[in-house]
Amino acid sequence: MSANIFLHELRAHLRSVLTWSLSLLALTFFFMGIFTSFASQAELMNTMLAKFPPQLLAAFGMNGMDLSTVLGYYSFLYLFIQICHSIQAGNFGFGLVSIEESELTADFLLSRPVSRARILTSKLLAAALSLLLTDLVVVIGSLVALNLFRDGRPFELGTLFLLFLALPIFQAFFLALGLVISLLVKRVRNVTPYALGLGFGMYLLNAFSGLQGKVIFLEYLTPYKHFDANFIVQNTALDTPLVLLNGLVTVLALAASYWLYLRRDIPAVV
Amino acid sequence: MTIIELSNLTKYYGKARGIVDLSINVAEGEIFGFIGPNGAGKSTTIRLLVSLIHPTSGTARVFGKDVTTHGPEIRRSIGYLPSEVFYYEGMKVIDLLRYSASFFPGDCIPRLHELAEYMELDLNRRIGDLSYGNKKKVGIVQGLLHSPKLLFLDEPTSGLDPLMQRKFFDLIRQENARGVTVFFSSHILGEVQRLCSRVGIIREGRLVEISDIRSLQQNNYKKVRLTAADIQPSAFDLPGVTTLQVENDSLRFFFKGDINTVLHKLSALQVTDVTIEEPTLEEIFLHYYE
Repeated sequence: MSANIFLHELRAHLRSVLTWSLSLLALTFFFMGIFTSFASQAELMNTMLAKFPPQLLAAFGMNGMDLSTVLGYYSFLYLFIQICHSIQAGNFGFGLVSIEESELTADFLLSRPVSRARILTSKLLAAALSLLLTDLVVVIGSLVALNLFRDGRPFELGTLFLLFLALPIFQAFFLALGLVISLLVKRVRNVTPYALGLGFGMYLLNAFSGLQGKVIFLEYLTPYKHFDANFIVQNTALDTPLVLLNGLVTVLALAASYWLYLRRDIPAVV
Repeated sequence: MTIIELSNLTKYYGKARGIVDLSINVAEGEIFGFIGPNGAGKSTTIRLLVSLIHPTSGTARVFGKDVTTHGPEIRRSIGYLPSEVFYYEGMKVIDLLRYSASFFPGDCIPRLHELAEYMELDLNRRIGDLSYGNKKKVGIVQGLLHSPKLLFLDEPTSGLDPLMQRKFFDLIRQENARGVTVFFSSHILGEVQRLCSRVGIIREGRLVEISDIRSLQQNNYKKVRLTAADIQPSAFDLPGVTTLQVENDSLRFFFKGDINTVLHKLSALQVTDVTIEEPTLEEIFLHYYE
């Protein structure tokens, strides 16, 4: 790790951290703010939801979701937090080395007396810390909002912390996968479409596999399935095999990224 | 001591040719000129030497160490000025240069200010606001601030006005006087001629010739120009004469061989004007590309 690269990267991520943190904070407070009025009507809501076809509910990740409980309601918000996280982490992953290459500053950085492994490690750690900071804001914001707006209803703090624990592992997946894809394709010209594609693609994969009503192979690939809030809240546990699968994909993607980056030819101006 | 040692260095980008079978040695304290037209493989060679790209085959050693395995160590003593300079647009010049300095041991900040003052570089501007020439100056300061032992200059003068070019050349000469080895790539021969002691000519990825700049000029060709009444071009149809041009009463050609044969022919003529001179590197160079 090189402290100077790490700090330089961190500074570059600052704006992303601020924007996402504030947006997620606003989303959390807005969402939790209407819990009271929602919960009082929740029995009605639940009966209405029960009338929807289960496939449709599954598509929105609302299967077995009890909106009258604090955590049942929070699970719904959690899905949006996940989507935002996947896009932010994907952005960092896709942009980690490709932005320097498309803006042609890679020549400068890579001609400094530092090994590529150290450069990549510094960049990854800076991105990881930035994601964790965003997380921290979400966690604190959620704790405050839940306590402010829970309307005297109880909730299991342990389960909530399981949801919190899942967030960084979820982010790491998109960071690592974005990075390895950016190193596999020839040149990433614009990071955002890739990040949106990966984030929403994974979400849709989960939604559509839910729509099928039966487990198909593909859904094992998506972190939305690995860290399904409904599952966590209903079982007060993470789905261990799927979490391990998720971790394995992340580790493999990271290992492949190092392997590729150390052998990479940095493109020149043409 | 040999500072740069290329042996059979080859680089292909997929099927596209970069450089082929390049073998060059550059000694300590030399200013080595590397000339060739655009796309000949000059930048590819330099990018291989600073480990931005990896060789397909062959080896490149700098300071006696292989560039693929000892990159970071080698780069501690290297200054690199790319042909196109790109830096973090949002940063201020001083912050970028400080960032660059932070990679090297020792205190480079006094030298940074010295160089910036010499190159008349405004340190407080944002890089994104700089003109191309000013960005190039940032590149020069960035390449020199850590007092490297070896300099890679890839077409360094593009974008600099003539006054700055002269200052820059003086700077390189000063560095060279301190013992710094310089690898200077260019397609402008005049500047290579002004600065370099030895020159390698590269064409379509292959080395065409390596030679002393003097022997390149002296031992090979003379440029002859003469004016005489009733001139017969056929009189100079000698072995060793190339690119013979006739223009009214004057004749121009290049000659390689014993100059006495030309003088002999001349003595028979009633000439009004004669010049026999060294061809410029430009003219020699054109010859290599014919």
